[in-house]
Amino acid sequence: MHELSLCQAIADTAVANADGRDVERIRLRIGHFRQVVPETLQSCWRMRRSDGPLARCELDVEYVPATIECRTCGSTTTLDQPLLRCGACDGTDVALVSGDEFLIVSIDVTSALASEEVN
Amino acid sequence: MGRFHRHPDGTVHEHDHDDDGHDHHDADADGDAEVEADAGGGGGGGGRDVGDHSGYETGSERVMVLEQILGENDRLADGNRALLAGHGIASVNVMSSPGAGKTSLLARTIPALRDRFRVGVVEGDIATSIDADVLSDLGAQVALVNTSAGFGGECHLDAVMVRAGLDRLRLDELDLVIIENVGNLVCPAEFDVGQDARAMVYAITEGEEKPLKYPVMFHAADVVVVNKIDLLPHLRFDLDAFRSNLEQVNPVATVIELSAETGEGVDAWIDWLAAQAVAGRSAATTTAGGRGAD
Repeated sequence: MHELSLCQAIADTAVANADGRDVERIRLRIGHFRQVVPETLQSCWRMRRSDGPLARCELDVEYVPATIECRTCGSTTTLDQPLLRCGACDGTDVALVSGDEFLIVSIDVTSALASEEVN
Repeated sequence: MGRFHRHPDGTVHEHDHDDDGHDHHDADADGDAEVEADAGGGGGGGGRDVGDHSGYETGSERVMVLEQILGENDRLADGNRALLAGHGIASVNVMSSPGAGKTSLLARTIPALRDRFRVGVVEGDIATSIDADVLSDLGAQVALVNTSAGFGGECHLDAVMVRAGLDRLRLDELDLVIIENVGNLVCPAEFDVGQDARAMVYAITEGEEKPLKYPVMFHAADVVVVNKIDLLPHLRFDLDAFRSNLEQVNPVATVIELSAETGEGVDAWIDWLAAQAVAGRSAATTTAGGRGAD
């Protein structure tokens, strides 16, 4: 539901790092605990990118599974639903060790090269 | 869900391939041309057909960013936190679904605190001033925040919006700021607004399964207020099942059962808020800032 806000933040960060160049691709790393709906993020992005330096920019998202570590028995559990309960001992004294990532990893920007330099 | 695939640089990801999705074999489109550019010329990736670009071709360059998506919001939230701490003000971000009873609870809360603490409210109402009018009549300083002022959403308050509200309060005359978030069980949990504590108001009319459906919100709460407890005889609501569901997503939250309608149990909520306000005061006399959101 807040994907449009996220897209705005992503767009601002990408443009700020592009140094005036067009951005072709933005790589993101998002944990499953972040409640981002992949389809909604992509459709909000197509709405947001509009004209300008992001007009052809695609979002590549690496979704990171949520895992917890149990403080009682030490087991690590990968969650298929966001319930914080140890898969080994059923304990609830757990720490989230992955799944809350919310990172802009990199952007790919266009650099125009004269063909003589290339060939 | 999209297609999962691996790039030559070792990154693995998936993304939606809609009709204009990228083609990995078309270097002229928005494909993976950057991988070759990344190789810095040493990759020897020959055979790139970039078509006729009339003397120019476009290459790609990867710029590492490694910034948090909501990094700017988080920085502004830290600013709000420091501002409030500097004035010795404790702050509580109150979140709930629409109609759970946030405003009714605050209407009971403000008169109960009035003799001991000076209360300000930042009110995140999307389109009306109805809630703000109720609360200002009770003697609280109220700043109504237009939720379209921030990062572009109307489903939550963010740090920019809350700052706009704080700037309209006379902070020197306050002990406690209550931030009444927009009614929504998803988005407000993601946005730090600079609060000391997060409170969630849940009504038993919402059903006992809600912690499992909205685990991030319930997980984020320091205190969960279980409201409309006066309706218990009239509902098929299993309070034990709710407690058990809540424990699965947040075993450490303080749980306060009350009725904003009858006043039953409200004292425990008032005591919790008062403890927050006292902590805010004493923190100001030791060190400004430093108290994190979690």
